[in-house]
Amino acid sequence: METVEQIRDRLLARFPGAAVTVVPNPGPAAQHSLLLGAERAREIAEFLRDDPVLQLDYCSNVTGVDWPGHLEVVYHLYSMARKHGPVILRLRTANRSDQVTLPSLTPVWRAAEFQEREVFDLFGVVFAGHPDLRRILMWDGFQDHPMRKDYVEPDDYEWEPTAHGDVLAKAKRHAAAAGSAPAAGEAGA
Amino acid sequence: MTEPTPAPPAPPPAAPAPTEAERAELRRHGILLTSLEELYNWGRSRSVWPLQFGLACCAIEMIAASMARFDIARFGSEVFRPSPRQADLLIVSGTVTKKMAPQVVRLWNQMPEPKYCIAMGACAISGGPFKQGYNVLKGIDRFIPVDIYIPGCPPRPEALLHGLMQLQEKIRGQKISGPDAPRHLRADQACDYPVPDFGEHDLVPPQNPAVWHPPAPSAPEVS
Repeated sequence: METVEQIRDRLLARFPGAAVTVVPNPGPAAQHSLLLGAERAREIAEFLRDDPVLQLDYCSNVTGVDWPGHLEVVYHLYSMARKHGPVILRLRTANRSDQVTLPSLTPVWRAAEFQEREVFDLFGVVFAGHPDLRRILMWDGFQDHPMRKDYVEPDDYEWEPTAHGDVLAKAKRHAAAAGSAPAAGEAGA
Repeated sequence: MTEPTPAPPAPPPAAPAPTEAERAELRRHGILLTSLEELYNWGRSRSVWPLQFGLACCAIEMIAASMARFDIARFGSEVFRPSPRQADLLIVSGTVTKKMAPQVVRLWNQMPEPKYCIAMGACAISGGPFKQGYNVLKGIDRFIPVDIYIPGCPPRPEALLHGLMQLQEKIRGQKISGPDAPRHLRADQACDYPVPDFGEHDLVPPQNPAVWHPPAPSAPEVS
């Protein structure tokens, strides 16, 4: 298979002006990835799927990452026809609050449908062009995005039989908030 | 002249009710002494029909318990009913997510009395390894009354059978009248339980205070 740099050069020749950069992975896996600009990501994805050399016809995994300034969606692509892969795509939102829309790649790879719904549910990335963008794991009225770093979980630490570490700290906070209520069942509190 | 009629003899004092040991001794000699209560509870405890309902990996052990090797039919509980209207026993076999919890309570409400609940495995008891998760209920006993807790992750089929035997023992010990009678024989006890709603951050309410409250600490810990 071509290296990531070769793919990038071909993409830049095919899509002049598109934002395509290589994100190197310095670890032993050396799985370098391609960071795509959101504007032309859909066209580039269709090209990667239909290109006779690459033929990346299989999207095996879609996941999200919560970075300090932006949200990121990662796609892992393989080729069933050519028996090679993975090629890793990254898309980044402009920020974490109000500009969280990215183009959906579900029209390119149908396999991305549920996983993009999961990223929408747990990270709050809105996929424009997704055919059925609803929450998939949490219920519809749920407001939060639990996999974000700043998610505040519900306070149900009223009884922790063997609390220690972070859990003990949370149980103590709960006991302090509950005052001298008889809910002080926290070990070591 | 007539002799005064003698007073009728006083009835002999009532014999004390035979104890369980005496009944067992008589049973060995082929004499069956019983009471309505004992007969009723004996019949009920020998045909507890569970609901065919599994939530996670504990359900695999429950299925194994129902198959030939462990054979829950030996205890009269092989009839797993696909409808809660026909079931006596809810085996909560696995992790109860907050998204699933209202459905579990609804199934419990749809079961007719007398009904019993077994919390099978660490997750159904307390949330288990997922206790600190945002999406897992920290024990089904926060919403419905649990009769038997079976620890394990998952419990082996023998443990489930042991839990079933404990439940049978509990049924055999129940009174059919008086203030100690179980829930279904008393007019002052409600038999349905509020179903929690999906809130914006958590279930509303997060627990049923009529059923569950945090247990008091057993011994003060030294920190």
